[in-house]
Amino acid sequence: MSAARNPLARPLARLLEKPWLWAFVGATLVWLATIPFTPGRGAGDVLTAAFTFATFFVIVGIGQMFVITLGPGNVDLSIPATITLAGSVATKLMDGQDALIALGFVAALGCGLAVGAVNYALIRALRIPPIIATLSSSFLIQSTAIAYGRGLRIKPPPMLAEFTTARIFGMPVLAICVILLAAVMAVVLERTIYGRSVIAIGQNQRAARLAGIAVDRTRLATYVMSALFASLCGYLLAAFSGGASLNMGEEYLLASIAVVVIGGTSVAGGFANLPGLWGAALFLFLIVTMLNTYGLGAGIRYVLTGLIIIAVITAAGGRKPLR
Amino acid sequence: MTRVLLAPRTLRAILPAVSLALLLAAIFWLQPRTMSYTGLNLMLNLAIPIALATIAQMFVLCVNELDLSIGAYVGYVACVTATWLVDNPPLGIAALLAGILVYAGLGALIHLRNLPSIVVTLGMSFVWLGVAVLILPRPGGTSPEWIRWLMKLHTPVVPFPIIAATVIAVVVHVALMRTAYGSILRGAGGNPRAIDRAGWSLLKIKVVMFALAGLFGMLAGMALIGLTTSGDANIAARYTLLSIAGAILGGCEFVGGRVSPAGAVIGAITLTLAGSFLSFLRISPDWQIGATGAILILVLALRALINRAEERR
Amino acid sequence: MTSPIVELDGVARSFGAVQALAGVDLAVDAGTCLGLVGHNGAGKSTLMQVLAGTLAPDRGRIGVAGEDLTRGYDVVTAQRHGIRCVFQELSLCPNLTVAENARVLHPSIRGRAWRRRAGELVGAVLDQIFPRHGIAADAVVGDLSIARRQMVEIARAFSVTDVPVRLVILDEPTSSLDALVAEQLLAFVRRFVAEGGSTILISHLLGEILETADRVVVMRDGLVVESRPAGDFSRESLVAAMGSVAEAASDRAAGFVSRRQGEPACRARPVGQGAGEGPELLAHPGEVVGLAGLAGHGQTDMLVALFEELGPRRSALVAGDRQTDGIFPLWSIAANISVGSLRDMVRGLLIERGAETELADEWRRRIGIRTPDMKDNILSLSGGNQQKALFARALGSTARIVLMDDPMRGVDVGTKQEVYAIIRAEAAKGRTFVWYTTEMDELAHCDHVYVFRDGRITAELAADALTEEKVLHASFADEAA
Repeated sequence: MSAARNPLARPLARLLEKPWLWAFVGATLVWLATIPFTPGRGAGDVLTAAFTFATFFVIVGIGQMFVITLGPGNVDLSIPATITLAGSVATKLMDGQDALIALGFVAALGCGLAVGAVNYALIRALRIPPIIATLSSSFLIQSTAIAYGRGLRIKPPPMLAEFTTARIFGMPVLAICVILLAAVMAVVLERTIYGRSVIAIGQNQRAARLAGIAVDRTRLATYVMSALFASLCGYLLAAFSGGASLNMGEEYLLASIAVVVIGGTSVAGGFANLPGLWGAALFLFLIVTMLNTYGLGAGIRYVLTGLIIIAVITAAGGRKPLR
Repeated sequence: MTRVLLAPRTLRAILPAVSLALLLAAIFWLQPRTMSYTGLNLMLNLAIPIALATIAQMFVLCVNELDLSIGAYVGYVACVTATWLVDNPPLGIAALLAGILVYAGLGALIHLRNLPSIVVTLGMSFVWLGVAVLILPRPGGTSPEWIRWLMKLHTPVVPFPIIAATVIAVVVHVALMRTAYGSILRGAGGNPRAIDRAGWSLLKIKVVMFALAGLFGMLAGMALIGLTTSGDANIAARYTLLSIAGAILGGCEFVGGRVSPAGAVIGAITLTLAGSFLSFLRISPDWQIGATGAILILVLALRALINRAEERR
Repeated sequence: MTSPIVELDGVARSFGAVQALAGVDLAVDAGTCLGLVGHNGAGKSTLMQVLAGTLAPDRGRIGVAGEDLTRGYDVVTAQRHGIRCVFQELSLCPNLTVAENARVLHPSIRGRAWRRRAGELVGAVLDQIFPRHGIAADAVVGDLSIARRQMVEIARAFSVTDVPVRLVILDEPTSSLDALVAEQLLAFVRRFVAEGGSTILISHLLGEILETADRVVVMRDGLVVESRPAGDFSRESLVAAMGSVAEAASDRAAGFVSRRQGEPACRARPVGQGAGEGPELLAHPGEVVGLAGLAGHGQTDMLVALFEELGPRRSALVAGDRQTDGIFPLWSIAANISVGSLRDMVRGLLIERGAETELADEWRRRIGIRTPDMKDNILSLSGGNQQKALFARALGSTARIVLMDDPMRGVDVGTKQEVYAIIRAEAAKGRTFVWYTTEMDELAHCDHVYVFRDGRITAELAADALTEEKVLHASFADEAA
């Protein structure tokens, strides 16, 4: 209509259609509402902290997003356990020595590879829904991590710890890396056969199979990838927080799903977007910061986080009755 | 006769009971002292709240949904019970009823907006946790006298946990498996279209099932406080996973409305005993969660084998 | 026999561009069994859904026992007036017992001993219809064989509590029953009718219809074309009535040249057909092979099996059931087309955008997809144009064998003609087409036709030997196999 007359209207309309927009708008609003009440610390400090912590949410969020995009019933509940396992194994192997950083990295990813393969093997061999499969395996992984990591008081290698906390112009280096990672994954999602396959399967698995898409291989790859990102997160988180701990993965179950949902990815599958992960991760962290600066306790924080997730999913609507 | 015994259906049905019997036999063999009134009482006490939470999860599973908030909800109930129900009973009762109402509302919301229950209940788990923290910021409170009395009841001959577990299983079995409306509730999990076509309200069914989950979650929280006598928001964090595992161990399917109240109770008891078994074996408690996972995978694998045999026939 | 039990006046219903019912008048008298026959797409199932209340008509009047019920007619109204329906897809809850399933349909069974009463209710009907059925009232339906489930479903439809059963619609009730049990059912239908009840019987077994029904109604193209006492029909005259008599002989028969030489591009047998039994399906390069027969008799299974065997490099499938098998509803038209050729568009690691647009634009031109922008969502297209996009997906790929699963469902005539021409042109270039179609006219475009019944190939006809009558004969059996 007016799009023909006003040359700006169409790009603007396109922008407003972007599902990730609202997460960033929300994050900005919350940030603006927070800074007047942060005496001593500047607005920049709040942002720096937000980027630092959001980084870890985004890493696991990427994996979870690909899994959820595979369609209804697909979700990875083993992410927290995998984070703990990879963090513990890597920390113990590196033993605080800079020379062993690469070894720890490989070991962490090895954990992820194994977890992902086991998850998908359970889904296929036992023909059980992914929720139950990843739940069952998470019990085993959690125990392995606890048994392996008990009494672990090892500091991460200094160089690695330094890397995870380094900043350039107030921007965490790790966050920059993960922004790049997200960009790469966005290309993978849109421009590779694998990414297209994931989106196709999520929209209609039967149609995907009949269109000649390798459904099983794609699903296997996706569960392995999710576990790999979880283990990467565990590796970096252990370095960042001065060592692995037994409950380091705890909050990442909700966080990984929340950033996907709030970021505008469809929980019904078949539609994903990476920028939204960043918006949602910043939003989630800034909400916590805001409530903290207002002097509100953990209780209110939890309640609001929960209500926001329910509100977003209710507004976005759920599984469309396609079939 | 052997054909009936080896029929996949029978095998699936007796699998939970057989695993429990084997586990009990192993425990008695390892630690004969447990084969006594006190021994059983001690081992099975904590199974009651878990069994109640498992039943709650089973109601939700029956209509093809999943409740990831049950643990947090039981924690909320525990905090209400340990504080308001003692100091201000009307307020406490109102808070508990509100919990059931919220559950009923969730059922309606999930049905009407066609939402994935995992995401909604995951969000709710934070809401319950938050409210619980607000009510009881640090562990404390006390158990209402009558609940403690009930949970510590010294019944003659048979220990109280066994009687309680039996009562729970029988009551839910009669309500869900033997009543006329119960069959409609289960039918909605098996073939919602058929139930809809026959003129029943699917919305009402979802609301009823979620409300029942709320009711049994409430009972679980109260029973837990009767045992521990003090509350904490995180007291039942493990219940979410335990309830799902217990229901599945007990022969409930994830979709299709095939559930078994007796099985769910047996599953919950099996999981509780698995912990004792490991400690009798002197295996570190670190492996307790892992054992739950291993048992779960084992049972699911057995079930997959049975199903495959069935298909081959 | 004053007023009919059920009366439909000018009932019409369309799905998109397709008119499934074009104004049907139908009356069922008390105490009669009405046989309903017609080829695919004649409108039988749609008509029965309207009658059962699961589908609302666009216009027309529905009267039951002299009462006008058109407004707000639904399943519950139908039930309340004693109209029951046994659909082809089962509507039992597999996790409930036989007795519990009976209760689902009879809310009035409640209170003490309801299970016993529900069990006795359905058990008594089972005894009446299928003596020695061997089905226990407490058996879980999911554990029963398909035939027994069908028996339970039928018995449940005839069971009575508070509302007398006036009319029972049986849609292919004997398809999963063996001959003896089918005989029992038909004998019961006669007894039920003799006692004043009514039934509508749909079946592809013409012998069954002629023996059981009092009246036979023939449908074609959404209309009732014949309605006469069963005695007036013979098997031949029924088949003739179902076909379109005016149809001129196929013009391809005259200049037909068989391409059957050399090695076939693919060969296969239906899943349910043993190695030595019946003809084998052969498709030679450049040939258009038709799969005919009534819907749901194993043609789609055959195509899917062929696709899985040949793999996506050698074959491509054009889905007919667009919503469940074909369309990716969140994607653009271009993405829906290119998904079949992604392998050929990769440069390095990435899909080349240019190649994608190029492919989409080429096929937009060649197949005439009517849209302002190929980047628009696929659902912005009409059904016919969506189907064209699915054709473009398959034809645009490098696959040499194209499998088509009744792809013209709900497609307008203009689009059809365009697609036929493209199929012929592509076949002339050496591509092989295996084409399942439920439309008789389309078989005229095929070089060779295989007719399916009950999961088997029952006839094999070259284009010069193809007549509508032969296809109908092979599709409709005299008696249960």
